[in-house]
Amino acid sequence: METLIIILTGVLVSVATYLILSKSVIRVILGTAILSHAAHLLIITMGGLKTGGVPILDNGHDTFTDALPQALILTSIVISFAVTAILLVLALRTYQELGTDNLEKLRGFYDE
Amino acid sequence: MNNIIAAPMIIPILIGILLIFFRRFTLLQRWVSFGGMAASAFISIYILNQIQSQGIMRLDFGGWEPPFGILFVADSFSMLLVTTTSIVTAVCLLYGFSSIGEKREKMFFYSFVNFLVAGVNGSFLTGDLFNLYVNFEIMLLASYVLIAIGGEKRQFRESIKYVAINVLSSFFFLIAIAYLYGTLGTLNMAHISVRVAEVGQTPILTVIGVVFLLVFSLKAGLLLYYWLPGSYSAPPSMIAALFGALLTKVGIYAMFRVFTLIFYHEPEVTHTLIGVMAALTLIGGSLGAIAFKDIRQIVSYNVVIAVGFILVGLAVATPSAIEGAIYYLIHDMVVKALLFILAGMMMAVTGTAQINRMSGLIRNYPAFGWMFFIAMLALAGVPPLSGFIGKMLVGQGAVEAGSYILVALAFISSIFVLYSLLRVFLNCFWGETIIEVEEKVPMKKGWLISCALLTLMIFGLGLGAEALAGYVSSAANTLLNPEIYIDAVLND
Repeated sequence: METLIIILTGVLVSVATYLILSKSVIRVILGTAILSHAAHLLIITMGGLKTGGVPILDNGHDTFTDALPQALILTSIVISFAVTAILLVLALRTYQELGTDNLEKLRGFYDE
Repeated sequence: MNNIIAAPMIIPILIGILLIFFRRFTLLQRWVSFGGMAASAFISIYILNQIQSQGIMRLDFGGWEPPFGILFVADSFSMLLVTTTSIVTAVCLLYGFSSIGEKREKMFFYSFVNFLVAGVNGSFLTGDLFNLYVNFEIMLLASYVLIAIGGEKRQFRESIKYVAINVLSSFFFLIAIAYLYGTLGTLNMAHISVRVAEVGQTPILTVIGVVFLLVFSLKAGLLLYYWLPGSYSAPPSMIAALFGALLTKVGIYAMFRVFTLIFYHEPEVTHTLIGVMAALTLIGGSLGAIAFKDIRQIVSYNVVIAVGFILVGLAVATPSAIEGAIYYLIHDMVVKALLFILAGMMMAVTGTAQINRMSGLIRNYPAFGWMFFIAMLALAGVPPLSGFIGKMLVGQGAVEAGSYILVALAFISSIFVLYSLLRVFLNCFWGETIIEVEEKVPMKKGWLISCALLTLMIFGLGLGAEALAGYVSSAANTLLNPEIYIDAVLND
């Protein structure tokens, strides 16, 4: 199971890399969202997938699943949600102000 | 109880939230933020003195004993940086009052400055690696907003790139945390350090260390600084001053913490890599600083040079080099804020950022011109100003370690710093006066007061280095002897 998830993570990272390398801002944002999902999957796999019972005492289990990775990715999902939201707003405002969503045209240093 | 060590993070967060409800009352926003910063500066100084008498302090949130819970750890190194952050932000706010403009002030500007400082202070204080990530994100989210606030075209163009590069580095941060957790099964920094020491720093741990190095060098602008000049020159000068003074320093702090506390067993790999990256940063930053005519880019590349210089101290990691790096870190936070503010004032009074279109400013604004001159000397490391002792100790440490190439590059870069700023000084302050008396833009009082305060701090840090010596050597001692930190966190 772990191997499968790791392969899935790899697929997600490659998809995200492809999207991030494109010119359209929206594709880049989708790429960053997928990239963070890949990271979350990796964290939960690294902690070990289901290895025992629910991590509550007095439940008749001897081994427990590690609850920490779940707490970690919960935090990290919230953060990536916020970052994606702000990135989308920025992209919209950039499009309104500059009239383009092509990253090639956002190059350069001077306004003029 | 040690609850007080959370104050430097809690105060800005509470004030930031509070100010959201008082959007239209700019006067209230200004002075409440300033008061909050001043309060957290005093509290930090108090904690700093407490640490000297009773050792490293820690606060376990929710009563969860380490290594199980999240905790804040205050040692001299982190508290020195927290104190400097609060003071520098307070002075930057003074400058902001008269330069940021009503439009931005009503768009929650002060709230986001407070959130930024909360993230920065939290990153300095935390003793948990995942919590470090969370604090980084708090700081970055605030900085995403601050870089775009006001909505000029140039700001949007740079902010998209800035956010994209930082999202990417956050991804690498998560990956590194995942690998580390998979390998060692803990995220408490002291506990990680113990476990790394027990199993020895195996190649896989070294690789994880290098991934961390990649993350922090993206944030600090070590070698991977190509995003920095663009992003730091887009927002208004007060925000750029905060960024230049604080943001890269958090990356540097994290690098110091991780590579002195956790991954210090294989210096041939990690510290050599840091040394090579610092050397390339010094070269690239020096070339950038003299290549451009836009004042904003010149000062941004000066940030890059300082990052390279401070990490020379970490790369050689001898006691005097580490001490020197700490002195230089504090000096750099102050002087970079001053430099960005001065650059902003130059742009405000001349209406241009091109140095070849400014001339003879010193006749119109003598005090302003001489403060620029003093900032330049401090950056070049002329005694008795604040840059001197840091440069001397880093150089001495690097010579002791036999890293002659790094010594040479570090001091040649100082000459480039001097040259790049002297060029600005000669172009803009000397020469024929082009601003007529009638056209002269009056210098606002807040601008001069904030600059004068920072200039006084430069003198203070230089002449009062003796007073700081106790704190700095205690900080360096903790960095060089990880067992002090581990003892304070895990067994008391």
